[in-house]
Order: sequence, then C-alpha cells, then structure tokens
Amino acid sequence: MRPCRIAATISIALLPFASLTTPEAQELNPPSLPPVSDLSVEDKPLDAGEALKISFSRSPGDPAGHGPVTRYELFRSGPGGTEFVAVKSFQAQQAGNRFSYEDLNLRPGRDYAYFVRTHLQNGAYVDGARVGPVAPIRQWFFTNKFNTLITTALFIALVLFMIRAAKQGRELFIRKIAGLDAIDEAVGRCTEMGKPTLYVPGISTIADVATIASLNILGQVAKRIASYQSRILVPNRDPIVFPVTQDVVKLAFTEAGYPHNYRPDDIYFVTNDQFAYAAAVCGTMVRERPGANLLLGMFAAESLVLAETGASVGAIQIAGTDAISQLPFFVTACDYTIIGEELYAASAYIGRETSLLGSLKGQDYFKAVCIVLIVIGVLAMTLGVILEGAPFNFVKEMLRVRSTGG
Amino acid sequence: MRIQLPLLICAIVGIFMAVQYFVPALLPIYNRLNDYLQIVYAFSIVLGVASVLHRHGGKVQKRRKDWVYSLAAIAAMVLMMLAGFIEGRGSGTLFQNLFNAVLLPVQATMFALLAFYLASASFRAFRTRSTDATVLLVAAVIVMIGRLDDGRSLAIPDMARWILNTPNLVAKRAILIGVGLGMASTALKVVLGIERSYLGSGKE
Repeated sequence: MRPCRIAATISIALLPFASLTTPEAQELNPPSLPPVSDLSVEDKPLDAGEALKISFSRSPGDPAGHGPVTRYELFRSGPGGTEFVAVKSFQAQQAGNRFSYEDLNLRPGRDYAYFVRTHLQNGAYVDGARVGPVAPIRQWFFTNKFNTLITTALFIALVLFMIRAAKQGRELFIRKIAGLDAIDEAVGRCTEMGKPTLYVPGISTIADVATIASLNILGQVAKRIASYQSRILVPNRDPIVFPVTQDVVKLAFTEAGYPHNYRPDDIYFVTNDQFAYAAAVCGTMVRERPGANLLLGMFAAESLVLAETGASVGAIQIAGTDAISQLPFFVTACDYTIIGEELYAASAYIGRETSLLGSLKGQDYFKAVCIVLIVIGVLAMTLGVILEGAPFNFVKEMLRVRSTGG
Repeated sequence: MRIQLPLLICAIVGIFMAVQYFVPALLPIYNRLNDYLQIVYAFSIVLGVASVLHRHGGKVQKRRKDWVYSLAAIAAMVLMMLAGFIEGRGSGTLFQNLFNAVLLPVQATMFALLAFYLASASFRAFRTRSTDATVLLVAAVIVMIGRLDDGRSLAIPDMARWILNTPNLVAKRAILIGVGLGMASTALKVVLGIERSYLGSGKE
C-alpha cells in the first residue's frame, strides 16, 4: 500500500472522532442562517461615561426562539483594538424578540467595538457584522434633575436669607411645640426622683438625617442633664453612632462644668440586631426604671415594643421620629410625640440660637411656597379636566415631579 | 482646631455629596466614598465589641447585680465569633446552626410580642374619651371591617379604601413634605457649620 493511501485511510478512519477532539465549533461557511444584523451600540445617557447600551434583534431565521439557534453571544473589543472577548450570553429560548444589555465598567472616551455570534444547535455558529468603534461619553449634568437644582437653590437662598435676617435682630415667631417643651419637664422630673434619663437615638446609621437631628438634640438634652447633675443612659444600635453619642455626651458634661459626672459606661453599644437591641433597651427600662424615656430618631417595627415597655414602667415618654408608619404607635403609647419635621426643628427650638431659629423660619416660608405651588397645580389639573386641557397643560408640565433616578 | 477640622471635613464632604447628585461624572468618586464608609463601618464594629466587653466584663469582674446575664452575653458573643472564625458561615456550620436554632427563634419571639403590644395600644387609643378619639375609633372600625369580605354588602371596603387613600394619604403626604424640608434644612445647617450641637457649643 502506498504511503499516501495509508495516510488517507487513517484520516478517514479518524474522521468520526474529529468533532469530539476539536473543542471549538466551526463557523458556517457559507452561513445557512442570516446573522444578527441590527446590532445597536450607543452611549448610556446621564452617566459617568462608563457604560454603553447594546441591543439587537433575533436572527431572521430564529423566529421567537423556535429556530435552530441555541444562544447569542456578545463579543467586545476594548480600547486599542484588543482581541474580541465574550461579555454576555443570551439564551435563544428567552422571551421577546429583542435582547438588550448594559456593558458597565468601561473607560470613558475610549473606543469599543462589538459583534454578536449566533450559536446553532449543530454546534456551528455565524458571526454578525462588527459595530464600532463607539466610545462611552462622560456627562456633566443630570438634565432630568434641573427642576430639583432650581428648587434646591431657591430653598438654600431662602434659608440663608432668613438666617441673616435673624442675626440682624429680626423678631421671629416660632410656634410652641409641646413635645419639646416637655423635655425640660421630663429631665427635671428625673432629677427630682433621682432616676436616670434614657435617651434612645433610634436604630438607623449616621448617614440618616434623623439620626443627625437626634444627635443634635442629645447635645442639648445632655447639657441640661449635666447641669442638673443627673444621669443619662444612651444605648446604641449602630457602631458608628456609638462613639459619636459618647463624644456628644462627654462634651455636654464638660461644657456644663461637670466633667467628673460623665460616666462612659452609661453610653454604650448594645448590638447591631434590631430586635436584640429592642430587647436590651426594654431590659434597661425594666431594671434601671428611668424617670423619662426620650425616643428620638429613626425607628421601625421595634417602636411599639419600646414605647409600651416604657409606658409599663411609668416613665414620662417623649418620642419623635420621621418614620410615618411608626408615628401612630408613638402617639398611642407616649405622653408627647414629636412629629416629622418637629424632630429637625428640635435642636434650634431647645437651643434658641438665633441662626438656627432663622433657618426654621426659612423652612417655614419655603413650605408656604410649596403650598402655593400645590394649590396652583390642583387648580390647573382641575381646570384642565373641566376645560379639556390645552390652556393649562403647560402649568401641569411645569409642576410635574420628574423622575430623579439616575 | 478640635472644632474647625471636623467642620471643614464635614463641609467639603457635604458640598461634594450635594454636587455629585447633579453631576453624573462624579458617580465613581461617590461610589468610592461609599466603599470607604464600609471600611469605617468595619473598624467601628471593633469599637462596638470593645464597648460590650468593657461594659459586661466590668459587671462580671465586680460581681454587680445580674452579673450572670452579662457573663451569658459575653459567652454568647465569643462563641459566635469563634464559630464563625473556625468553621466559617456556610450551610451546616456551627455558626449557621446557632443562627438558625437560637438567634432566629429569639428574634421571632420579640417580633411576635408586637401582637400583644398592638392589642394593648389599640385598646388605649380607641377609648372614646374625646371627639378625636371617637373619630379615630370609627375610622379604625371601618378600615378593620373593610379588610373582611363580610363588609362588602354595606360598601365598607370602599369606605375603608377611601379613608386610606384620601384623608389618610393627604396627612401622610403633608408630613412627608415637612420631613423632606426638615431633612434638607438640617443637612444644610450641618454642612455649613451652622448646626454644631453635635460638636458642643463650638467654643475651643
């Protein structure tokens, strides 16, 4: 047998195993299925220039995923024309005729190219046309937040103006807030009874404005307690809030002239777990029998557990939160409730510092602006419905709250 | 310096956070700062653990009242930590078993207490001592019956829906607007250093 015939025989014998030993599928040549032809790559709007939006339709030979296609694979080439690598795979069986994907973590201003590979059931594939280069573009302003920017600027201007007016000696009327007036009474009661005051700064983190408002109140309350030479207990749930409360109370005692009365063990971290924290605070209420419980900050489901336990031990209770869902529980179980914005006004109200009172006034005036806008909006909508619209649509559009996500 | 430095840091970070809200290009820095917060948080856990050990350890050492409970608290904390460090937190580990068999039921028990507290709080709230309390009681009864099928013939579910979606929602939104303005005002005061109660009076 001639050597060339031997080689041919061997190669024919090995042919059935060839597909098993070759890991790579073969590109159809010529393609029996039309490739993906409408690949669209565009910059993602309103971002830091780190993403591209990619979308494409099924191959015309793969109607609704019932064709011979198993999956579509998206390939990307990076800046400088690097080799194409697969970044995303789409199963052909998934619903819809259009696939979309956001390619994230790209480099702003750099060129990227893409193509889609269509994989068939027989292991072959067909590549679509390359699209690119396309570069993600960095944007410098959220155009959908223009309304918010104008409103914020107006609000800041109004608050700063009122602070300036207050500093210049303008008389400011601040309505009485019963819950805040009662704090003094509660602290005095504790001192007379020789009992500590329990201050719970809520269960949220330092990133929550309600917690910051609570810390501001704590500073004022701790100073009163220090000047009465009484005792304050502050159990903490958040490990970042804990050292801050410790510092606030220590500072208050120092400024009141009684640094030696400060007891570091009275301001302590309990646990990060919500209900374990509630159990521990309830335990403190029952064991220490505080004369007053001040529950000020952000609360969730544990609010009623705390407030009811506090009521059962006979303490005077003042609660304040901006969590609307918890307000009914506090109103029911506590002697005084500081509702919503009153929590943020508390520090200014108790401290009576002129600039802080000015900011409260600015806030009030802006609320008046909001009320006027709401009334205009309601009128425009109502008249728009009655008169079928057109003359008032521009008012509606102007007042429409736009999505600020992004 | 003790006051000025924190105020300066607060102002810089606060202004940056306000600006980044309007500038997409600053999002990566914002995300990076949030990552830093996680690191700070991890360190603060150490402070928390130290506080727990100091408080309960002192109680045990001086054999103060109820020191046994403090001992139990420290033992539980150390046991969980050791379980986590030695075996990890995967399925079937001691840590996971302790979590599932001890911590979760105890948490559920605390949560379940709410039902009883809710009953006693409702009883107090619905005592008709004044006109307000009467209105509250009537509204609550309508809403509660409105949740039941039996009230359908009397159109009570519709009345309940109206109470929830009209007067109730109006009040909630009014509070929300106030809360939003209060938040913005507080943030502004803290960032500009006008509100510094958390730093004391500001006297060096």
